Amino acid sequence: MSAVKYPLSENMPDRIKSATGRRYPDLTVEAVATGDAEIADFQISRETLAAQAEIAAGQGRDTLAANFQRGSELISVPDSEIFEVYELLRPGRAKDADELLSKASYLRRTYRAEKVAELIEEAARIYAERNLFRRRY
Amino acid sequence: MTDRVPNRWRRFDVWDERPLRLDSFAEESPVDGFCAVASPFDPTPSLIIDGDTIVEMDGVRREDFDMIDTFIARHHIDRMVAAEAMTTDSAAFARDMVDVNVPRADLVRLAKGMTPAKLAEVFGHLSTLELTFAQAKLRSRREPGIQAHVTNAKDDPLQLVADAATAGLLGFDEIETTVRVASNGWSNALAGMVGAAVAGGVLFQCSIEEAEELRLGLAGLTSYAETVSVYGSEESFIDGDDTPWSKAFLIAAYASRGIKTRCTSGGGAEILMGSHNAKSVLYLEARCLCVQRAMGSQGTQNGGIDGAPVTSSLPGGGREILAENVMAALLDLECASGNDTRISSSEIRVGGKIMPFLMAGTDFICSGFGSIPAYDNSFAASLFNGEEVEDYLALQRDFQLEGGLRPIEESETNDIRTRAVEALAAVFEELELAEITDAMKRSAIYASGSQETDTFTPGEVTRIANKIRERGLSLVDVVRALNKRGFSAEAETLTRLLRLRVAGDYLQTAAIVRGGRVISAVNDPNGYSGPGTGHRMTEQRWRKIAAMRNSVNRASVLDREIRVAASSAAKSRCRLVSKGPAGVGTAPHEVVIGVSPAWNERIFQTTAGHAHADVLKAIFAGIIEGGGTPRLVRIFYTADTSFLGLSAARLSGSGYGIGLQAKGTAVIHQKDRLPHHNVELFSTAPITSIDHYRRLGRNAARLSHGEMPEPVVVPYDGQAIHARNHVRTALLYAIEVGTIDKAASPIELSVEFLEGSGR
Repeated sequence: MSAVKYPLSENMPDRIKSATGRRYPDLTVEAVATGDAEIADFQISRETLAAQAEIAAGQGRDTLAANFQRGSELISVPDSEIFEVYELLRPGRAKDADELLSKASYLRRTYRAEKVAELIEEAARIYAERNLFRRRY
Repeated sequence: MTDRVPNRWRRFDVWDERPLRLDSFAEESPVDGFCAVASPFDPTPSLIIDGDTIVEMDGVRREDFDMIDTFIARHHIDRMVAAEAMTTDSAAFARDMVDVNVPRADLVRLAKGMTPAKLAEVFGHLSTLELTFAQAKLRSRREPGIQAHVTNAKDDPLQLVADAATAGLLGFDEIETTVRVASNGWSNALAGMVGAAVAGGVLFQCSIEEAEELRLGLAGLTSYAETVSVYGSEESFIDGDDTPWSKAFLIAAYASRGIKTRCTSGGGAEILMGSHNAKSVLYLEARCLCVQRAMGSQGTQNGGIDGAPVTSSLPGGGREILAENVMAALLDLECASGNDTRISSSEIRVGGKIMPFLMAGTDFICSGFGSIPAYDNSFAASLFNGEEVEDYLALQRDFQLEGGLRPIEESETNDIRTRAVEALAAVFEELELAEITDAMKRSAIYASGSQETDTFTPGEVTRIANKIRERGLSLVDVVRALNKRGFSAEAETLTRLLRLRVAGDYLQTAAIVRGGRVISAVNDPNGYSGPGTGHRMTEQRWRKIAAMRNSVNRASVLDREIRVAASSAAKSRCRLVSKGPAGVGTAPHEVVIGVSPAWNERIFQTTAGHAHADVLKAIFAGIIEGGGTPRLVRIFYTADTSFLGLSAARLSGSGYGIGLQAKGTAVIHQKDRLPHHNVELFSTAPITSIDHYRRLGRNAARLSHGEMPEPVVVPYDGQAIHARNHVRTALLYAIEVGTIDKAASPIELSVEFLEGSGR
């Protein structure tokens, strides 16, 4: 998406599509009522979140933009895997750095989740340094 | 009362009994972490960068970094401005923070290159007044906002939906709920969403365990998440069962589902969690905030939060809490500024605590104003609670401040609560979650709190919640149910909220949804640069805030007097007949009573509610009892008590007279005195009794006999009598003044007391 203008919902609704490819203006109460739209159709798309990252960066919010960038990479990652990765990153869950590193390469390979993978790889190094692989319970 | 200690100033006993004495005041003790700002163990700011690598930060070498240092060094410190930021004089930077000529953007730019110790040092230079001003300037969104806690002790969804809708009516931009029983989250969230929809679509969240909260979000049953907790020491962070990396992943996951998030931190948390490392509260919070910016959170909920009471117990604790919030704003984070925990049993401390925030305005002045009764708050009592909503409204009105709330009327409140309960009942029936009787509905609609409701048993609520979870119901199912049952506006609102996720506009910094539109720091940035700039209340908004419930005016006061005249027949309890111009009396013990122009003509009772006839009858009786002779005159040229009294005295054979105003103020005067140098005065008519008037009459008569009687004392218990009465008193007096005839001479009146008068 080029030349984005915030708020997207007001300035360019016709150009927004959900993660499932539904056009923003078509996501109406009628569509929901008739069963034409499901909860999954209300997920933001990779492109739109990347556009929000661009807007954040344009406001000088570099770290927020990086977060949106990571978020955009997670859009096609199923809920169950999201929970799995989150759980693995909590202290004492992964047994060693390799477990995190292999998850990172899996996400990179499967979902083109480059920035997320980098975050997990960094965690793997720091967790090793700070002894965060020991089980706590 | 405790047993009295001999030879102790008993004011200490009085102080011992004050609610304030239930608070704890901790002595400063840096080794115990009990130090608000500038602990001797806080590091000196430093930053050494080699190429792109930070090799030392705040006195710690890279090889000794804990995980928080590492995360801050890697993701917070902006390499482009770090050198400039760290060499800027902290005092000079602090001065810039309160200089209207230095734009917010310049300050934010440099702050991104500051280490936690540098930030803490900067804030050490700012007084509470300066912090307040800096907050107004640094807030990210132009318009301030406010968030409500909506919970109840029974996790009752019917009460919750009604209270959520009411919170929206009051003006809250966000509603946060939580649970008493963990498994009830799904029922609370569904009810809260419906309530938010009835209120026109405010943002809603349910605070529970991190993973479960994300599940609710995925089902569309919350619109934002706030419990992404961050701590300032490594040990606390790990005890919170997370790391900066797991939290950074979590907020990215929320963003990927179009759900707004803010982090949570707050001074005092590390003290409570036992791992403060002897650092000051402010320094630890600076670390938290740098981590949050580093993670890419759009904002924070900070300012004490659960740690607010312990922080408030410290010398300078209130200033520290304010500093935390301003620091968040300086770091370009949306700031939901705490004020969500009762920090004191003293209402004065509570009122004082809110003032800097109310004056400055933050993105959310309270990150949880308890819109429900204190006992129903499942987070524990908030700084302000449902009981005190109107106190807060009065503060807004007193100082003309935008606190985010507005007065509500009884009829609109009934309407919205009824609609909310009916909507949820429809959803529950359509989705076969529960049958709801009319009695249950009524119970929730009219209840102030859960002690008055009779709806579900705790087991029933848990069964409802389990059904929602197990059947995988989502907001889409709620929309369908509402639509089918004719709640089309609510179905529309919820669809619109869901659809906003697809655009992602409310993921940006400080976003709220007002009237279906997203307003954030991007399209509504705070550009405060002195008088006439930044957020200004519109005339229409100000009129709403000013319209306090049960306000009085001249018409309503006069109307009440007319109703008194008509209903209680106060006027007809004596008959007054003019006997022509009043002359100077000669009887040595005569006491003349001079009544005001409106006395028993336009106004018929005193502010204490005594019929004028009864007051006059008592004064007559007192004069006679004291050996005097009463005579009644009406004075037209003044309504002032002193001049009424003096004029009466000058007509009196004894030289003593009584002035009597319609509102009940009475005075004994003597003819040779100066107008305002009276003999005895009842200045507090609202607490003056009939017997006091009788004794006043008696004293006037005894004075005519040359005695010096004991003055009549009207007992006063120290209540805010003027706050209660002065509006009405002033308006009554204005009515009196309106009847003055400056040219008219006093006339003598004969009086006949009729059946039913007297006591």
